[in-house]
Amino acid sequence: MSYMNQSQPNTHQPYANAYQHDGKSAETRNLKPGELSTGTTIMAIPFENGVVLGADSRVSTGTYVANRVSDKVAQLHDRIWCCRSGSAADTQALTDYVRHYLSQLAIETGRAPTVKTAAHLMRRLCYENKDNLMAGVIVGGWDPVEKGSVYNIPLGGTCIKMPFAIGGSGSTYIYGLVDSLYKEGMGEEEAKQLVKKSISHAMARDGSSGGVIRTVVVKEDGNTREYIPGNELPFGP
Amino acid sequence: MSEFTNNQKSQRNAKEEPSGFSFDHIHRNAMIEQMTKASSSSSNSSYLPQATKTGTTIVGLVYKDGVVLGADTRATGGSEVADKNCEKIHYLAPNIYCCGAGTAADTEKTTELISSQLDLLRLNSEGSQSRVVTACTMLKRMLFRYQGHISAALVLGGCDVQGPHVYQIYPHGSTGKLPYTTMGSGSLAAMSVFETGWAEDMTEEEGVELVKRAILAGIFNDLGSGSNVDVCVIRMDGTVAMSRGAVQPNNVQPLRDAIKRSDMLNMRSGVTSVLRSEFKPHVFGGVTLADVTVTEMET
Repeated sequence: MSYMNQSQPNTHQPYANAYQHDGKSAETRNLKPGELSTGTTIMAIPFENGVVLGADSRVSTGTYVANRVSDKVAQLHDRIWCCRSGSAADTQALTDYVRHYLSQLAIETGRAPTVKTAAHLMRRLCYENKDNLMAGVIVGGWDPVEKGSVYNIPLGGTCIKMPFAIGGSGSTYIYGLVDSLYKEGMGEEEAKQLVKKSISHAMARDGSSGGVIRTVVVKEDGNTREYIPGNELPFGP
Repeated sequence: MSEFTNNQKSQRNAKEEPSGFSFDHIHRNAMIEQMTKASSSSSNSSYLPQATKTGTTIVGLVYKDGVVLGADTRATGGSEVADKNCEKIHYLAPNIYCCGAGTAADTEKTTELISSQLDLLRLNSEGSQSRVVTACTMLKRMLFRYQGHISAALVLGGCDVQGPHVYQIYPHGSTGKLPYTTMGSGSLAAMSVFETGWAEDMTEEEGVELVKRAILAGIFNDLGSGSNVDVCVIRMDGTVAMSRGAVQPNNVQPLRDAIKRSDMLNMRSGVTSVLRSEFKPHVFGGVTLADVTVTEMET
């Protein structure tokens, strides 16, 4: 620490390398050079009888968009889905592992696993390997116990059940919007509109988010995938 | 049984060779580089040979009845062209081919490994056709395990019972399934051609033409890509058409042939008359250690 060394000029230097504000988000700073990032805006909102999950579709390496129509909403089980953000490779591998474990569990127990189980399984993998992974995941789905539920699993491996969850680099731009528009006890249509609107706003301001919006509505009787092309966004240039 | 003998030699052999990558030489190479920089201050760049990379433009697209893969043919070692006509479209299965960008050795060996794994799978499961998604999953599992140290960026394409498919696979192990994709240093140039020209349900002629134009864009606008265009068409009916050197915009052989060299270089035998000939058997002796003086190298 420089202030201990009297011979150096008395400029208070902050601790080296801590909290360098170089304008990059936490996610882009920790990527290895050349690694693909799902820059991303992801979101999930539970409603009366299910959950709506939504994501943008941009995958970038640095400033080049490697895939402008990727699918960041992945199915873990019949009624359990997750949204991926962070390193594309890490999240794809994580999703594959959890899918494998869940299908084994379903066979062994003879019934569909709960969203809580899936989320905690994901959290185990994220937490135990936190040094080698860069993954922020939102797990959401429908099960007969909790009905619709959403679990947010950010970078370090915390797992929290939330009334609604947003994640990814683009989420920082829409905290205010979602906080003000979210109401308890929303219906399916309202929740879907909120997801689409919020992700559009994030895509308009975040360079790492863009492309199309992909949503999945998960209910007891089925899953409905929807896709909104870039020129039909509710908000944008 | 080596625990029972205290033989030093057997103990040395008992210690297993570590498997996987060895990074031991990183220190040594860094020191050599420093030493050469110190001795020869003129920037000759380090004399350490650089890994041959395929600078590269590789592309793949899906058309109505199959997929078309394309690649350039330049392999670089640093800023020097190591191979003017290398093959970047690798065979994986009779219905699956893979273009590779990145370190040439990595792409070559990775595709060979997965090709033999697919072969074994076909042998072990009644010889049904390999699926493109199988190849993709095998490749991504291996690349993720190596955490990006295997520098292989691949465009995988093929036809199976589920239809024509094109995948892009990145060195860290992430994949994307797309109707058209480009990779390598020339990918931006090629993608601009694809984004303007690709349409759904193209004919084979249109697809091949678009692929050729995309690779040519990479060849002319990217320094890491050059030489010829290779095209590979994989059709849903099971046929494959591989054309090495489909377009050769940089072929200089006609220019070379047009050079008029002196007739003195092409003399037939008998032009010079022989006055006398003598035959002496050669004495086989070779060099013995006594003839050689060994001097120690000084640094």
